[in-house]
Amino acid sequence: MDMKVSKKKLGLKERYRLMTRDLGWDTTYQPKDKVLPYVGYEGIKIHDWDKWEDPFRLTMDSYWKYQAEKERKFYAIIDAHAQNNGHLNLTDARYLSALKIFLQAISPGEYAAHKGFARVGREFPGVGTQVACQMQAIDEIRHAQTQIHAMSNYNRYYNGFHAFADQRDRIWYTSVARSFFDDAMSAGPFEFMIAIGFSFEYVLTNLLFVPFMSGAAYNGDMATVTFGFSAQSDEARHMTLGLECIKFMLEQDPANVPIVQGWIDKWFWRGFRVLGLVSTMMDYMLPKRVMSWREAWNIYGVENGGALFKDLARYGITPPKGWDDAEKGIDHMSHQFMLGLYQWSFGTAFHSWIPSDEDMAWLSAKYPDTFDKHYRPRWNHIRKLAAAGTPFKNYGLAKLCQTCQLPTVFTEPDDPTLTCHRETTYKGEKYHFCSDGCQHIFDNEPEKYIQAWLPMPQLFQDPIKGDLGEWMKWVSLIDGKDNGDYAGSEDQQHFEAWRGLATTNQ
Amino acid sequence: MPVAATREYVGVPRDVAANFHGKQLVYVSWDRHLLFAAPFLLCVPPEMKFRELLDGPLAMLSQPDPDAAAIDWTQVEWLKSNQPWTPDFGRSLADNGIGHKDQLRFRTQGANTLLTAA
Ligand SMILES: [Fe+2]
Ligand SMILES: [Fe+2]
Repeated sequence: MDMKVSKKKLGLKERYRLMTRDLGWDTTYQPKDKVLPYVGYEGIKIHDWDKWEDPFRLTMDSYWKYQAEKERKFYAIIDAHAQNNGHLNLTDARYLSALKIFLQAISPGEYAAHKGFARVGREFPGVGTQVACQMQAIDEIRHAQTQIHAMSNYNRYYNGFHAFADQRDRIWYTSVARSFFDDAMSAGPFEFMIAIGFSFEYVLTNLLFVPFMSGAAYNGDMATVTFGFSAQSDEARHMTLGLECIKFMLEQDPANVPIVQGWIDKWFWRGFRVLGLVSTMMDYMLPKRVMSWREAWNIYGVENGGALFKDLARYGITPPKGWDDAEKGIDHMSHQFMLGLYQWSFGTAFHSWIPSDEDMAWLSAKYPDTFDKHYRPRWNHIRKLAAAGTPFKNYGLAKLCQTCQLPTVFTEPDDPTLTCHRETTYKGEKYHFCSDGCQHIFDNEPEKYIQAWLPMPQLFQDPIKGDLGEWMKWVSLIDGKDNGDYAGSEDQQHFEAWRGLATTNQ
Repeated sequence: MPVAATREYVGVPRDVAANFHGKQLVYVSWDRHLLFAAPFLLCVPPEMKFRELLDGPLAMLSQPDPDAAAIDWTQVEWLKSNQPWTPDFGRSLADNGIGHKDQLRFRTQGANTLLTAA
């Protein structure tokens, strides 16, 4: 468009006002609550939407400019990575298991977040909020795309990457993340903001992306490091917006406080359960480890989380209900989860393995109170079974938690030798949980969670009816290639052969 | 608490017994034997005798535990829905009152090799 503009350049503030607030409009032939019908039913009271402040004052035009620049840089590096056999710079192909889990479970979450923000951008009345949500919707779809593109190079050489979308929908270990997003997307717009803006962006981003991206750097994965950098400034903006949104709700009406507190309790625990996967990646799957899950929790959970809740205390917000139980689980969860992944590895589209002596020495140094006492004996026994030619496979499958959908691998908060059994009966049906936290979430909204699609019970229903081979086809898992122990896998053979070619004269 | 919703909200449970083609789910776990990462999920007919459950799937699945061979099923303590409970080995699951998605736990008195190994 050609337009003569003789006015001098606009200041940031004025520009923001014109490019956001001025885009607002009032309804004329329909009442406002018919155009925006979902903003009231959760019980959150907003008196003045103009009090919503975008701390970045980002307008769409500058947003496009920044993002386009990031895209150009990103794809230049990804192309170079592919052309220079970047996959052979990895420390070890075991690292790829962490990447496969990320692609199958977390990247689809970015896409879900995109859909959710596109929706709440339509449902919220405030213009500032609408614009911020639209930008985040675009960020999130970009994150999904850049992650998929970055990892697609590995798909040319290694197993387990080829069917991430089917696995997101149908396989069992991804359902903790899938159900997290399904739960958020089927909630109202304000709860969605707590679920994603607070729990995912604030609690999880630090504990998920920071260690994951450092893990990528430590293990020679330039592709992942690149998408991490490309998303970093977006994430910083999302975290700030998430927090801004919480404060906005709390400041608008004191009656909002108990509702927000309930969501913080719920979404902290849901987020914490997603971290079960992350703890395992950190402690077991990175050939060169960055820090232990415990160390990451101390920094990002205890210190940063503690500071956040101190900040929110002036609104009457207290730390989430499950906080103490979470702390009690930190030194156990990665071990409990990895033992599960190993014994059910016939059903995973990634490899797991028995930790080596060196791995176990590291684990016992990082977990002096728990690893040698509880987990080393189990791994030693599993190693004996493998050496005897009878590797441990648990075809008993697993009881899943009705809320978080993880196998109920966790123990009592105060007794690590006893599995935590929790159950309830609702309208004549039995439901099981991994923890008090998950049972509380169910008890608050049973009608929602009875609809949970649990992958393991599903295996015995139509269309699979308990046939493991059929199930593998249905989840696009190629038996003998995608699954099982890393030792002896195609991934291991290929990586070693190709790296040998690249680094020797053989 | 009801789900916050704009109109009446009614959910449909996904795992009702009718979906399992005449079988039912039973969860079984061996207390404090944590080589098994989670309670076993079994899909079995309600007409199955309790003894068949023990001698069949349960004996097979427990086998990797070093103490499995020493289980004396006559001495085992049982919990159903976390309450003490006594099964009748000769009767069916249904006659034992084991419903769809019931959780059974058992406790053995003997050695727990992997618990005391450290
Ligand atoms: Fe994102
Ligand atoms: Fe759970």
